Amino acid sequence: MQTPSAAIAPEETRPDSTPRKRRAKGQRIGLLYISPWLIGFVVLTLVPFVASLVYSFTDYSMVREQRFIGWANYIEMFTKDPVFYQSLRVTLLYVVMAVPAKLIIALLVAMLLNRQMRGMGIYRTIYYLPSILGGSVAVSVLWRFLFMREGLVNEFLAKLSLPPLNWLGDPDLALFTITLLPVWEFGSSMVLFLAGLKQVPRELYEASTVDGAGKVRTFFSITLPLLTPIILFNLIMQTINAFQQFTAAFVITNGGPMKATYLYGVMLYDNAFQFFRMGYASAQSWVLFLIILAFTFVLFKTSNRWAHYEDGGDGR
Amino acid sequence: MSWRKTGFILLLSVLSILFLYPLLWLISASVKPNEEIFTSIGLIPSEIIWGAYERGWEGVGRTSFSRFFGNTFLLVVPVVVFTMASSLVVAYGFARFKFPLKKLFFALMISTLMLPDAVIMIPRYILFRNFGWLNTYLPFYVPALFAVNAFFIFLIVQFLRGIPRDLDEAAVIDGCNSFSTLVRVLLPLSVPALISVCIFQFIWTWNEFFNALIYINSVSKYTVALGLRMVLDNEGAVNWNQVMAMSVVTIVPCILVFFLAQRYFVEGISTTGLKG
Repeated sequence: MQTPSAAIAPEETRPDSTPRKRRAKGQRIGLLYISPWLIGFVVLTLVPFVASLVYSFTDYSMVREQRFIGWANYIEMFTKDPVFYQSLRVTLLYVVMAVPAKLIIALLVAMLLNRQMRGMGIYRTIYYLPSILGGSVAVSVLWRFLFMREGLVNEFLAKLSLPPLNWLGDPDLALFTITLLPVWEFGSSMVLFLAGLKQVPRELYEASTVDGAGKVRTFFSITLPLLTPIILFNLIMQTINAFQQFTAAFVITNGGPMKATYLYGVMLYDNAFQFFRMGYASAQSWVLFLIILAFTFVLFKTSNRWAHYEDGGDGR
Repeated sequence: MSWRKTGFILLLSVLSILFLYPLLWLISASVKPNEEIFTSIGLIPSEIIWGAYERGWEGVGRTSFSRFFGNTFLLVVPVVVFTMASSLVVAYGFARFKFPLKKLFFALMISTLMLPDAVIMIPRYILFRNFGWLNTYLPFYVPALFAVNAFFIFLIVQFLRGIPRDLDEAAVIDGCNSFSTLVRVLLPLSVPALISVCIFQFIWTWNEFFNALIYINSVSKYTVALGLRMVLDNEGAVNWNQVMAMSVVTIVPCILVFFLAQRYFVEGISTTGLKG
């Protein structure tokens, strides 16, 4: 994980403005200042990270005594647990639908907002608003009322003389309905795109106009390539988040109907905190971790081909 | 004003209404009579009824939303204060000092941003259970005290890097030690970054659901998120307007904070380039 993150936020090396060699010893006090993080990192992140790998090879139920069972959890998961495959399938579908849709809307709206005009701040605020409510229960409640059988959306359809849809009850439709929620919360990606768009030098647009390129051409040959680092970053962070989605699937449909929205996060919760199969859930959390790692790795590796860096590719 | 510009503003406004409509509808439905909620898609109720707020506020059983709100503040306020203090101190260490293994630590700190919480949640839960911290707010306070969320450290580091070091050095010449340099010189200058930390952490903790669900199990300690879910389970099938009213009540603090400090949101996101 170190290399990719270093590419995202390279440590800034700045030449010191004054000679400070004599204070080199005093610099060690920096360790004291970072010590709260260091302790927290070791005790609350690093040790749990390793521990969950160890647990994944145990039968840990919190009632019986913990014992090592080798690869049994992993073997059960991949050979005897159809629910695991169902959950994996809907989670992948969810990620593949939600993340690109969110980023495309965020980019389109950011481009609309990227111009000098009075009152733009108000629109930016309005579009950003849904995303602060993020994973709140209230928004999931709202979604349930919007899409339930006698809900607002079906009422709209009726006004247009269209037949109602069973948005949350139909296994083929429920996942799509859940996917719409994160798409609605595109605000933070939009803000990042907006910041990126403001960095594009005006001269490039002017040159492009002089060369006779149309709007579409300019977008694809100037705007989009310059935004690729931000797209990469958004893709990675949103993918990591989407794989772990919990609240919406739990509150709106509780994984149903017929496990159609049984996202990975809900499965982990059930196994760990409903069935108290801590060992099995740990094994599943490691599989999720490896999947996320693989996605991140592929995005980084292929980004050499599609992400464009002004400085030639040594990070941002 | 040209036609083009008018059309553009029209487009932006139509989009605004489209994106805001669900929230506006939620608010209007919460003051509608229960029968009217799904029979009219309009935002203006035929009559305004506050009954749903009164009855919804009573909660379920003997625990009312007054209790849930009290609990939520008891949870959120220390978490926010601890996060600001610990993140500032740690960020100061990273931004201003050279020490052995600094690059490694910084890279590790940043990499935790990409570490899925799912992979550490079970051992963390078992650890806190062994400490006897279940059904208390310590599983929220302690990680905040130890600056576990790297997003906030990184946000302040980026901000501190923008403050000229000459100021620190002047303070040292004036006889400040490193800690009083932080408190007297950098702290006042970092207020905008600290406000960003404060509002992000406020809203995230306020909306926190998963951890509340696993760590808090008695209703008398429920936060608003848990209380709302309980109301949904109990009243969701019948008294829609009560559930909606309580949904509105739980998001009002977030929306207030957002409108009061929205400038800091945008700055927080753009200076780190992160959302967390």
